[in-house]
Amino acid sequence: MKKAKLATIIRYQFVIIGLLISFALSIVMNVNTGTVDIPPLDAFKIILSNAEVGSMEHNIIWKIRLPRLLTAAILGGALSVSGFLLQTFFRNPIAGPFVLGISSGAKMVVGFVIIFVVGAYGTLPPYLLVLAAFAGSMLIMGFVLIFSRYTKSMPMLLVVGIMVGYICSAITNFFITFAKDNDIANLTSWSMGSFSGAAWGNLGIICIIVGISLLFSILLSKPMNAYRLGEGYAKSMGINIKLFRAALIVISSVLSACVTAFAGPISFVGIAVPQIAKLLMKSGKPIVIIPTCFLCGAVFCLFCDLIARTAFAPTELAIGTVTSLFGAPVVIAMMISRKRERS
Amino acid sequence: MQVKTKKLSVGYNKKSLISDIDLGVEKGKIVTLIGPNGSGKSTILKTITRHLEKIGGVIVLDQRNIEKWSNKELAKRMSVMLTERVAPELMTCHEVVALGRYPYTNAFGKLTPEDEAIVMDSLRLVRAEDLAYRLFTQISDGQRQRVMLARALCQQPEVLVLDEPTSYLDIRHKIELLDILQTLASQKQVAVLLSLHEIDLAAKISDWLICVKGDRIKVAGPPDEVFLDEKMCELYNLQTGSYNTLFGSVELTQPKGEPEAFILAGNSMGIPLFRLMQKYGLPFSTGILFENDADSQVARVLSDHVVMAPAFSSINDAHIAQAKQFIDQAPVFVHSGTPIREQNARYIELLEYAKSVKKPVLSRESFIRKLGSGNRKEMT
Repeated sequence: MKKAKLATIIRYQFVIIGLLISFALSIVMNVNTGTVDIPPLDAFKIILSNAEVGSMEHNIIWKIRLPRLLTAAILGGALSVSGFLLQTFFRNPIAGPFVLGISSGAKMVVGFVIIFVVGAYGTLPPYLLVLAAFAGSMLIMGFVLIFSRYTKSMPMLLVVGIMVGYICSAITNFFITFAKDNDIANLTSWSMGSFSGAAWGNLGIICIIVGISLLFSILLSKPMNAYRLGEGYAKSMGINIKLFRAALIVISSVLSACVTAFAGPISFVGIAVPQIAKLLMKSGKPIVIIPTCFLCGAVFCLFCDLIARTAFAPTELAIGTVTSLFGAPVVIAMMISRKRERS
Repeated sequence: MQVKTKKLSVGYNKKSLISDIDLGVEKGKIVTLIGPNGSGKSTILKTITRHLEKIGGVIVLDQRNIEKWSNKELAKRMSVMLTERVAPELMTCHEVVALGRYPYTNAFGKLTPEDEAIVMDSLRLVRAEDLAYRLFTQISDGQRQRVMLARALCQQPEVLVLDEPTSYLDIRHKIELLDILQTLASQKQVAVLLSLHEIDLAAKISDWLICVKGDRIKVAGPPDEVFLDEKMCELYNLQTGSYNTLFGSVELTQPKGEPEAFILAGNSMGIPLFRLMQKYGLPFSTGILFENDADSQVARVLSDHVVMAPAFSSINDAHIAQAKQFIDQAPVFVHSGTPIREQNARYIELLEYAKSVKKPVLSRESFIRKLGSGNRKEMT
């Protein structure tokens, strides 16, 4: 008995240390590789002592690479936690912002803005795009929440989410019919996701939104743990189910809306990373998984962004391309291993 | 009364299904709801546990209207075992049981050493300590029910509500689970309210039985009052088969028609043969059975042609005459292998009579073999 507990604690420590090392490694690699390679030691000097102010290296690191890698890390973590919350809510491992049509909703509103607003006024302030994506994501989550009043069946609700996503795609395609080639190109590049728009200004807002949401999700980890036994048991243990479900869905939507707003839709991170986190920890305890998930998502997105930037430099890949390439196989592997575990 | 209802109405969507329910469970007692599928047993239980909104009436828990208790306070007084099957991912049994401490732990669900001790105690009570660090999804149904029971215990309730806890379980695990419930009620003085499918088991563990059928509770009481064959048959609407409350056994529909065999039975040697005949749809006659013989309990529901003698009496000429008549009607005579001693010494007369009228006399073994071979025509 004691042995089993000790083994769990040792496992937790190993995984966390491993993830922290990977995190550090991915930060270093992200800082020093790119079109201009900067040796790690120089990079350290520039970051820690703010040396060589005004040099090209200083500019690259402070103005481009640092905000970008921090954005990738925080948003990657946020997206993974959002996926984990949604999977808890739907009690279904394939639930995630991308599957539920949250991304499609964001794309719809962003498409509307790019095609019609820009068409009418000629310019596109960046904050408008962020607002549009946020509004689109929340719109879809709102729909799903409304439907959740009418059906108690989670698989059904998942199907509703997927269908709403299809409707959004249809409307987006309808917009595209009336769009100029230029706008279509803009929309397409947005919809594949990228961390290239990262800037210090946005990072502040991102930190606030993600920080608060994370805090709340940690506070929700106790009822989330009980919810794993299903609604009936959760209720019998004293949880206010309606309040809990609303809180869960709002937090996860805010997280994924935030990611979509600042980096576009990024597929598979939300599904794949929580699974990896659970497998690493060999546990599904929310209080353990939420931080692991965040760390794991940060590392995953940092590496994916590194590949996106450097694989075919100077041409940059969309982040969605890379995350799908690595995320989808993880999902398949996980489905197969789950089947095996059951039988 | 730890929990009681007054004029409670239950149902769905504001429509009442069953009304005027008055039930109560005392500390250390077991009250069981029985009744056919869809009769509303679960609806009553779910209303009492506040999973469903009641339509009318009052539920009192621990001397207070149940609506007045906060979710958390309710959870400290009442715990449940539901019918829904759960499959939490990567969750050990220990974690499942520890969830029972939910209403007692801090905001992050941290277990104190005291909580840990209660978790282990609960696991021990259901004899599942060795499962503690196994994954819940990887244990058997019987083990799962025991772990779920431990979880409910861990909540340290005054009232334990279980909705058909024995479904999915094989007979050994059913008995094991009910055994634990009995211990629990008597040792921990928990008030237990449950619903059961198995009326025979219900009769054995309950202090009070409630038959749920229709829109009112018509029959309730201690098992010996409620458990009459006719009441059970009516409750379950048994028209084709029958239910024997003494044995807790169910017999299927009686085969109709002219008897295909006379079975010389007694001393429980007849029951397997009677059931075999029923299985092949063959009517039979039998005798001469004493009323205190187990054979008579089954014979009277499976056949209309039974020669019955009062308990502890002896066989008289009238019995012999009736039996001879049955032997004449049946194409074969089967000797079940029942021992022939003082009280049934006149069985010899029947055997000799069968031989004298040239009836084929079959031993138990050859009869079973013939029935099994499907060569029933040859038998006659």
